Amino acid sequence: MRQAVNLLAGVIFGLGLLISGMANPAKVQNFLDLAGTFDPSLIFVMAGAVAVTFVGYRLVLRRPKPVLAERFYLPASDIIDGRLILGAALFGIGWGLSGFCPGPAIVSLPLLAKGTLIFLPAMLAGIGLARLLSQGKAPRAEPVAQVD
Amino acid sequence: MTVTEFTPLASALGGALIGFAAVMLIALNGRIAGISGIVGRLLPPYAGTDPMGAACIVLGLVASPFLYQAATGVPFVQTVSDRLGLMAIAGLLVGFGAAYGGGCTSGHGVCGIARLSPRSIVATVTFMATGFATVYIMRHVVGG
Repeated sequence: MRQAVNLLAGVIFGLGLLISGMANPAKVQNFLDLAGTFDPSLIFVMAGAVAVTFVGYRLVLRRPKPVLAERFYLPASDIIDGRLILGAALFGIGWGLSGFCPGPAIVSLPLLAKGTLIFLPAMLAGIGLARLLSQGKAPRAEPVAQVD
Repeated sequence: MTVTEFTPLASALGGALIGFAAVMLIALNGRIAGISGIVGRLLPPYAGTDPMGAACIVLGLVASPFLYQAATGVPFVQTVSDRLGLMAIAGLLVGFGAAYGGGCTSGHGVCGIARLSPRSIVATVTFMATGFATVYIMRHVVGG
């Protein structure tokens, strides 16, 4: 049941990326091109996603635990440090260069563009490298702490 | 570069679907819908990270273009750069940056902002800023 939920959430998330246009790197890069072919659509993607998540999280996190799991897995860290800034800054550079962030890149896999087939293994290598570097250090997005 | 059409309605609707998937994941499975974190859970070490759950989410993402095509009757059209060296560097930066900074567009940009996490707000402002700067330099300084 839990895995069916994961699968369905992946499908819905992916359809959201496709319908919103965010799975098209050209659209993402045009959003980032204020001085050129600016396309503000991504503001609407963010607004739609954050609005639904904001309300939904407030309703859900009031409950003692999720329906199918023992606890909520929320990020434990609230530290703003050089690591966070450096990681986010590098991420943004890669995002700007390619128009891809992790979700859209994965959704694009079956569309088999050459750029995607190069990007994805490089992204996995990057994640692996960061994990090697950060072993035993501050927590990453990996949820570890219990809320409440 | 390719000009793209401004699509406020489709984009807001797609965004809402992304939000719905995020709420579904936390409500039922207690997990944050941060895609870079989910992909990271596919890699070892596996202590308590539920790699099977992460694999199911990734499988759903990969299946979505087929369902999109089945529902709309047309394949999804995208423009991906074929500058392969650039794409390799970009992939490394996106993967490394997201894992090192604890999240990506979905983990920090959607879920974190929805939780009003100061960490995620700082991360989102940072990657937006370097994203804008990168595209500016590549298109208007170096030339596209």
